[in-house]
Amino acid sequence: MANSFTRMMSGRNTAVMLASVGAGALASGYLLSDMTAAAERRRAYPPSADFPDLRKHNNCMASALTPTIYARLRDKTTPNNWTIDQCIQTGVDNPGHPFIKTVGMVAGDEESYEVFAELFNPVIKDRHNGYDPRTMKHPTDLDASKISSGMFDERYVLSSRVRTGRSIRGLSLPPACTRSERREVERVVVTALSGLKGDLSGRYYSLIDMTDKEQQQLIDEHFLFDKPVSPLLTAAGMARDWPDARGIWHNNEKNFLIWINEEDHTRIISMEKGGNMKRVFERFCRGLKQVEQLIQERGWEFMWNERLGYILTCPSNLGTGLRAGVHIRLPFLSRDPRFKKILENLRLQKRGTGGVDTAASGDTVDISNLDRLGKSEVELVQLVIDGVNYLIECEKRLERGQDIKIPSPIPQFRK
Amino acid sequence: MPFGNTHNQLKMKFSSEAEYPDLSKHNNHMAKVLTPAMYERLRSKQTPSGFTLDDVIQTGVDNPGHPFIMTVGCVAGDEETYEVFKELLDPVISDRHGGYKPTDKHKTDLNSNNLKGGDDLDPNYVLSSRVRTGRSIRGFCLPPHCSRGERRAVETLSIEALASLTGDLKGKYYALKNMTDAEQQQLIDDHFLFDKPVSPLLLASGMARDWPDARGIWHNDNKTFLVWVNEEDHLRVISMQKGGNMKEVFNRFCTGLTKIETLFKERGHAFMWNEHLGYVLTCPSNLGTGLRAGVHVKLPNMSKNAKFEEILKRLRLQKRGTGGVDTAAVGGVFDISNADRLGFSEVELVQMVVDGIKLLIEMEKRLEKGQSIDDLMPAQK
Repeated sequence: MANSFTRMMSGRNTAVMLASVGAGALASGYLLSDMTAAAERRRAYPPSADFPDLRKHNNCMASALTPTIYARLRDKTTPNNWTIDQCIQTGVDNPGHPFIKTVGMVAGDEESYEVFAELFNPVIKDRHNGYDPRTMKHPTDLDASKISSGMFDERYVLSSRVRTGRSIRGLSLPPACTRSERREVERVVVTALSGLKGDLSGRYYSLIDMTDKEQQQLIDEHFLFDKPVSPLLTAAGMARDWPDARGIWHNNEKNFLIWINEEDHTRIISMEKGGNMKRVFERFCRGLKQVEQLIQERGWEFMWNERLGYILTCPSNLGTGLRAGVHIRLPFLSRDPRFKKILENLRLQKRGTGGVDTAASGDTVDISNLDRLGKSEVELVQLVIDGVNYLIECEKRLERGQDIKIPSPIPQFRK
Repeated sequence: MPFGNTHNQLKMKFSSEAEYPDLSKHNNHMAKVLTPAMYERLRSKQTPSGFTLDDVIQTGVDNPGHPFIMTVGCVAGDEETYEVFKELLDPVISDRHGGYKPTDKHKTDLNSNNLKGGDDLDPNYVLSSRVRTGRSIRGFCLPPHCSRGERRAVETLSIEALASLTGDLKGKYYALKNMTDAEQQQLIDDHFLFDKPVSPLLLASGMARDWPDARGIWHNDNKTFLVWVNEEDHLRVISMQKGGNMKEVFNRFCTGLTKIETLFKERGHAFMWNEHLGYVLTCPSNLGTGLRAGVHVKLPNMSKNAKFEEILKRLRLQKRGTGGVDTAAVGGVFDISNADRLGFSEVELVQMVVDGIKLLIEMEKRLEKGQSIDDLMPAQK
């Protein structure tokens, strides 16, 4: 039975194809209709009257946006009628912090990155260490067999985890999606996941229908996600209609987990206790490939293009959207004054064990890759493996009273 | 979002059933009134500025409410919202405002001479008196929907109009984004400063966008007349002072409001008003007069009396804690104000407060002496 989505999809094939090629063919955008009272009001307020006051702001959007760029983009819309004001609202509402530079804008759909390229490109460049979407290509590589020495010393590494996100092509992203689009994302993904077998077979828990008992279980397992409270997210409109069409799927083994309609259409997580990062990544790639195949069988695909890799809501997650990390005990190294520099040169980042914006507890830290775009999944996971092994070596040397060396910095983009 | 919600055209590609919100766990006026059939009829419409049904109801969808407290669950984005979405808003207004019908007419009366008494509420009990309302400037979208340009235009107009006030109404404007630390502290100490809304009811409607751009506070030198610009409404106007002279407070309120209205008209701008809904404001709960007249009053004995709630109900009064809505009373001191907004004039509402407080104080004095209050029980107004 054809539903409104299949009809809409066939009508949008051209736009979708162009978007997938990343041809920039939509850069001219679609002008708002000139025939309405709304258009009259718009003319009464030129772009200069609407230009946001960003003098106290410290985010990538505020650094990149100029009155000229705004004037050129204000009256454009994507094919889903998403505007630049809607992209930047979160950055206008959240001035940021002098020490932490947030991104300050989101995409409402795949085409946002094309229609508003004039603003997204410098923001992407700023956030991703000079990556230029106009000239560079992003490599995708999900072949886990290429990974070497992915088994960590478990006297140091307590757990290993890899996460990413995926968006369903043809449906708007969380800031912009309608209720029926969000419900369609849920239907498409849950149907696909029900096709997973063996160690990947599992179950879906919708946030609306969850029993108290199921909820408590998911909290105890640290799987449950809650309605976003961060003003960065709520200002972008991602929490609308909560908890409609949101849910959590996990396999019976509880080491492969998918969040539906939280900050992105899907977030995919592979994790386990201990140091077998290779197995974690292998399951990650296998699961992702199977999910992709299952949605393709029904005529859907993930948002992806050559320049930006996997398309996600926040520009910070473009490319691989991948964060591979460990919880690791480094009592000596974490107190060494050279720790920060070592991490920096290894292109690694430390967080507290509660995740982003938390402090480390005791000697245990969360170590993961800094980069997302410009290097493939295999490259980033290998980088984490090599880096963590180096950190463990340093720790052992310090234990023995030996000296350690700061490694040379890893080059940033494949030339 | 400003400049037309062309985004609504995307939703029209999907069926009404697929888009209908899940309101099964909701307790607010919007959720009680909206039906799938109504949603289907209204979802293709938009006001001339592009405000749509989903814009109206988003706050009610995102905030299911509480079993004991019935919130409104919808907002207006412009004056025309109340016309275009009548089918939804008329029943919501009727539910919220005691059965007010779509054919009813609302009376406006800002002649403070019509108030009888009110200058002698016993200051041993009444600590302070206050009257507030809101006003919207015709031709501009309301806080949930306005663009930055529009909001700034409202601010500019307001500053200009308020700068023309003289005598005891002469004062100064403090823009939120330019405030010095010293000014900010002073305004906090005076209990004048308003902050970025944190209530999810307000945030979900989009009123806090671009904060603190074009938001500010104006007050007269005597600190008895205060105007908030671009908070929940275009303007919130407040007259207040210590003690029980509600007549003087209301006098200043009416004089000030009338003067401000004249100053806006001289610049070519009227307030949003019509015969049926009175003054048009963002939240349907504030239609009509938008007026809340109240006192902070000591009623420790009354508050322990079993009939307190019933008496308030009959007097058409409402109690709050002294921190305002959703706070608790401290030390037997209550904020007592009119419960109604629409269907009664300003004078009528303030009269109810004046008469009601007089009676409550009389009852309090009886209870202090251990005497009965049965013969003082009022009839339902």
